[in-house]
Amino acid sequence: MPIQNYIWLSIALFCIGVTGVLIRRNAIIVFMCIELMLNAVNLLLVSLSKYHHDASAQIFVFFIMAVAAAEVSVGLAIIVMVYRHTKSVDVNILNRLKN
Amino acid sequence: MSLPVILFWILAVISILSAIGVVMAKNPVHSVLLLIVTFFTIAGLYILLNAQFLAVVHIIVYAGAIMVLFLFVIMLMNLNASGEPQKNNLVKFAGVISGGILLIVLVAVLKQANTGMLAEGSDHIGLIQNLGQALFKDFVLPFEVSSILFLSAMIGAIVIGKRE
Repeated sequence: MPIQNYIWLSIALFCIGVTGVLIRRNAIIVFMCIELMLNAVNLLLVSLSKYHHDASAQIFVFFIMAVAAAEVSVGLAIIVMVYRHTKSVDVNILNRLKN
Repeated sequence: MSLPVILFWILAVISILSAIGVVMAKNPVHSVLLLIVTFFTIAGLYILLNAQFLAVVHIIVYAGAIMVLFLFVIMLMNLNASGEPQKNNLVKFAGVISGGILLIVLVAVLKQANTGMLAEGSDHIGLIQNLGQALFKDFVLPFEVSSILFLSAMIGAIVIGKRE
């Protein structure tokens, strides 16, 4: 199978994630679209790891997963705090962070 | 067509459709469930690419930990019933056009890339023995730094989430 197939699939998933970040206002959905973009990059790294017979890319994917888990825990804590203060998770409300 | 190629196309179509569903779904809970479907198809693609260890870690970390966290937050906020405020149609249209233009640019750049075929059959790169050797010989320092990152993320989540 040509590696191009995996490249097209990764590009498609990444662009769907970018579009989701641009068109949705719910902060949680925006967060999930960021996860989608991270996974598209992970898929590309794994396919290139097989292509070059090199294990380093899979280690990078491992670290990306670790950083994504840390990012999600802190980000969701921030979203919960925003919801407690504003009773909403609309990202347009966050343009006035004071008060 | 051989079996891996057929499996690749099935998984690719499911993952793209469910990814579009994540963006389009009105109910946030449906978005989370469709994202879990996407993650399972990506784990299947990892197995097709002989990255068995990463496939298992992917399912444990994403479907087991991260998406459960998302579901808990959505249910705590009681968002599943309410309609979310929508962006106006002009902004949505501009967002879709921007994403499509990014897609076209990336495809146009990578169309002429000089790439080859993936090797058929299995290799041992993705097995836990090889990855452990690489992780603890070449990448020891990043591994330890990531443990500090986890500690700081844990403390940060507790400090942020604390009621003052």
